[in-house]
Amino acid sequence: MSMETTQKRTLTREDIVRLSERIEGAQTRAYAIPKLTDEFPDMTHGDGYAVQTELRKRFIAQGHRHVGWKAGLTSKAKMQQMGVNVPSIGFLTDRMARPENAAITTGDLVHPRVECEVAFVTKADLAGPNCTKEDVLDATDYVLPAVEIIDSRFSGFEFDLPSVIADNGSSARYVGGGRARDPRELDLRTLGVVMEKNGEMVAMGASAAVLGHPAEAVAMLVNILAELGETLPAGSFVMSGGITEAVAVKPGDNVIARFQELGSVSMRFVE
Amino acid sequence: MNEETIRKFGDELYAAWLERKTVAPLTERDPRITLETAYRIALRTIDRRVQAGETIVGKKIGVTSKPVQDFLGVFQPDFGQLTSGMVHEDGATIDLGTLIQAKAEAELAFVLKEDLAGPGITAMDVIRATDYVAPCFEIVDSRITDWKIRIQDTVADNASCGVYVLGRTKGDPRKLDITLAGMVLEKNGELFSTGVGAAVQGSPANAVAWLANTLGELGIPFKAGEVILSGSQSALVPVTGGDELVCHVGGLGCCSIKFSGRSAA
Repeated sequence: MSMETTQKRTLTREDIVRLSERIEGAQTRAYAIPKLTDEFPDMTHGDGYAVQTELRKRFIAQGHRHVGWKAGLTSKAKMQQMGVNVPSIGFLTDRMARPENAAITTGDLVHPRVECEVAFVTKADLAGPNCTKEDVLDATDYVLPAVEIIDSRFSGFEFDLPSVIADNGSSARYVGGGRARDPRELDLRTLGVVMEKNGEMVAMGASAAVLGHPAEAVAMLVNILAELGETLPAGSFVMSGGITEAVAVKPGDNVIARFQELGSVSMRFVE
Repeated sequence: MNEETIRKFGDELYAAWLERKTVAPLTERDPRITLETAYRIALRTIDRRVQAGETIVGKKIGVTSKPVQDFLGVFQPDFGQLTSGMVHEDGATIDLGTLIQAKAEAELAFVLKEDLAGPGITAMDVIRATDYVAPCFEIVDSRITDWKIRIQDTVADNASCGVYVLGRTKGDPRKLDITLAGMVLEKNGELFSTGVGAAVQGSPANAVAWLANTLGELGIPFKAGEVILSGSQSALVPVTGGDELVCHVGGLGCCSIKFSGRSAA
């Protein structure tokens, strides 16, 4: 993680506001837009985070509660797919949360896909730089299984990292559930996970797929926050990144994610 | 297919194993070979190994994952027999020169404390009859040129079994979620792949139940004390001399293996 990647900026204040409005429109009214780098080919990761921060401020001003963060692109396979060597982060709000066993509408999403993740709830503040896996485990209240519903708002699945960061790391919805556990009682590296769609196993893996250990991804997230001048306050909800590949869903699909030691999380998708 | 042809192919595969040479796919030379004939050819090769002084110590189950079944165009697993000459210690270094074209797979092994006589065996019987489970590596190898196998070729070739290593950790299947236990495989200290027990027939216990029932139909004994390699939970790992593999099974433990030398093919 170099400071350069997030500190270097090319966009003007006006561009940042305009792009955050464009992303907000695409997210709230569920339509696809061309990737932002079509208009701003020199856009950096730092520009992406500037747009994301502006988007977060707009949502908070509208009364959304900022509850935590998500790490994305945390597996080798996904980084290679995107041609990057750093994970990305996005913010999470109460409006994105759906209860366990919910009927989740897809009419307000563009290309919804689901992935299994280990989520953390913190009980102490965490700040980078130099935040480690051990710091994260010490600050963790509990871990729980979660499913993230990601949704890229970019048309034709054409995107790059600055655009994805501006689009809040494709965050859309999330469902936490299962069993809350103390991470000190578990080996968080070797938890097996199976995702079933309509009774068929569609994705499988173990938690080491996330940067070798999910707490490692949370430490990286805290260190990226430090570059952005932010910290992770106690009580935050953090999703550590997809263990399994993202699987497309449509109305009528039932999804259940089964986790070793953490129970399961289920949901169904409707129009 | 007559006994003489079965014996001929069985002896040919036994000689290939002994001399570390490959043979052309059997199915290219005789398209009439059925799955049943293929199992009888495999029994002949195992008979030859037993006659030469080895004992049968267990079974291996192969073709247990959907991607491999799709690749071979079959809808059920296959099996081979484990002999005393295939056993290596946890942490052992395998000389690739003793094999032909080896690859590694990380699995969960079962050791039985009671006989399992199929047909009629369910996954519940498997857990009841299991003494313990352990992480393991199976080193698969093919006596068929360039792994150009159809299902009958691999079955006849003792399910492409090479050698195996059982981890030292013993787990009680009553205290471990064998279906959801994660499988983390590292090659030379780096993450290679992750998987989970469910990748094997929904649960490794289902694969063992299938084996008990299949052996029952074929009249092959399945005895207390036998080791069963239940099917790969990882991608097939290419290996060369100097490589070290470690697999970790969530809630259970790990198993490691090293390689030296160079494959014969």
